[in-house]
Amino acid sequence: MIKETEIKPILQAQELAIGYADKIVAEEISVEINAAELVAVIGINGSGKSTLLKTLTGNLDPLSGKVSIQQKSLKDITVQELSELISIVLTETHFSQNLSVEELVALGRQPYTNWLGQLSSEDKKAVQQALQLLELTDKSQRKCGSLSDGQLQKVFLARAIAQETSLIFLDEPTTHLDLYHKIFVLKLLKELTRKTQKAIVFATHEINLALQLCDQIILVNQGKIIQKTPEELINSNLLQELFPKDLVEFDAASKSFRVL
Amino acid sequence: MQKSSLYLLSGLLLLLILLMLNISLGSVTIPLKDILASFFNAEVEKETWRYIILDYRLPKAITAVLVGSGLALSGLLMQTLFRNPLAGPYVLGLSSGASLGVAIVILGGAVFGGVFSTLFLSKFTLVIAASLGSVLVLLAVLATSFRVKDTMALLIIGLMFASLTSAVVSVLSYFSPSESLQKYIFWSFGSLGNLAWQEVFILAIFWLAGVIISIFCIKNLNALLLGEKYAKSLGTNLKQNRILVILGTGLLAGSITAFAGPIAFIGLAVPHLVRQVITKSNHLVLFPAVALGGAILMLICDSIAQLPGSNLTLPINAITSLIGAPVVIWLLVRKKKLYF
Repeated sequence: MIKETEIKPILQAQELAIGYADKIVAEEISVEINAAELVAVIGINGSGKSTLLKTLTGNLDPLSGKVSIQQKSLKDITVQELSELISIVLTETHFSQNLSVEELVALGRQPYTNWLGQLSSEDKKAVQQALQLLELTDKSQRKCGSLSDGQLQKVFLARAIAQETSLIFLDEPTTHLDLYHKIFVLKLLKELTRKTQKAIVFATHEINLALQLCDQIILVNQGKIIQKTPEELINSNLLQELFPKDLVEFDAASKSFRVL
Repeated sequence: MQKSSLYLLSGLLLLLILLMLNISLGSVTIPLKDILASFFNAEVEKETWRYIILDYRLPKAITAVLVGSGLALSGLLMQTLFRNPLAGPYVLGLSSGASLGVAIVILGGAVFGGVFSTLFLSKFTLVIAASLGSVLVLLAVLATSFRVKDTMALLIIGLMFASLTSAVVSVLSYFSPSESLQKYIFWSFGSLGNLAWQEVFILAIFWLAGVIISIFCIKNLNALLLGEKYAKSLGTNLKQNRILVILGTGLLAGSITAFAGPIAFIGLAVPHLVRQVITKSNHLVLFPAVALGGAILMLICDSIAQLPGSNLTLPINAITSLIGAPVVIWLLVRKKKLYF
């Protein structure tokens, strides 16, 4: 895909080794994420997707190598500074259902508010813009406990938008959603990258959808982490080797997995 | 925001009315004009009335306000910190921790004797021992809370700590002389009325310290409504915040328990009662509302404990349980879910 705008790198990782003290998950990783890109992280269960995301978001130190965000090493960035660079959307459901949609989105402004967390007029404007962008304005006073999973996903996305970071990380944003809403959320993510110039990175099991919608794919498989465009990935042999060959195979012609 | 300030204002008004009502109730009937006269140092029909108002009823009413607001606030802090709607200083064993501190001071002094007893006599040591007891139990509950994710398991752990501390108290009381045992039993009934001005002053200092520390947690508590991972991504220093919340609640629950005895249900019930009126989750709004709500409920409980028109004063702990337990059961059996 040819991009109309100039490529602006936001996150770079070189010669990265990730894992825990007693176990290396993957080595020799290089990843580059640019502005206005939608990037999917795919891989089988337990392959190390979440270890990679934890490392890239600064929640886990790399074993070696370095991650830099906007030319600054992640190691030198404090928790406060990081909150203005990266926002996250998790699968976690243990949050206060008593929060109204507007209150939850407004929490995204915390990095910018004073010590009591009071919203300035600028903060309020950012919250309203985020609500508008995700078409939530008419639901702003609803309690989060009364929303469906799909709507809730939009609310958390609006919160991440309101945080005004150049990077948004999402952990499996399409779980618990039906096919229609899966496509709805992923198309929405793509639209957001175009509208806001933010880079959005998400872990997913929806490989078929990711191949159709994303600009870049990061494939995590058997200790190797490879970043490619969907076209490069389809033309390579990598997807054929992703799963054991007894049940499923990748068909390059239709760009999708097929049950054998 | 304007709606919330209207609620706060009417709450404040209600508090003042209840404060006057509370002061005018008691075994001796004193006309309203004499009550006001004793405040403004004017002529009072009987000089004993002035004494009753200024040295008994007023400190008692102020204690009720401090105790109610402090316990309700520590309940709110606990519910958000543990993200558990059923958390509170009593159910999590904070009050039991404070009781242990007090028991060690009152009973331990007699058991160990000598230097120990003279060292532990002053009121300040009682408060500090109780606060320490609360903080220790809170730390223990927090340490175990990292291992259990279950809402109910946390409460059962709180209960276990409560029975653990009461077992230690039983052992202590077994070896204590009857005189100090009686003193401890009376303390454990809970009372707002036995405080001299000096003690009210000490309580107020601890209350103020706890409240100020908690105010610094407001922003982080809001972030914690989303869970710790989100809070961290919003720039919250989780460790520092945890320490501040523990210190704040420990000071509030500890000092209150030291002076007024273990008082149940205020900390658990008031935040939920307030959430029925105020629909916001922002702690900036909830914080003053919960403090006001706690003070109001405590004044009501204390007025009931007076048994208007009689010479009897019931133990305050019994009244808060009689009112609080049904309220909590009602909140739980309603179809609506209980939020934190």
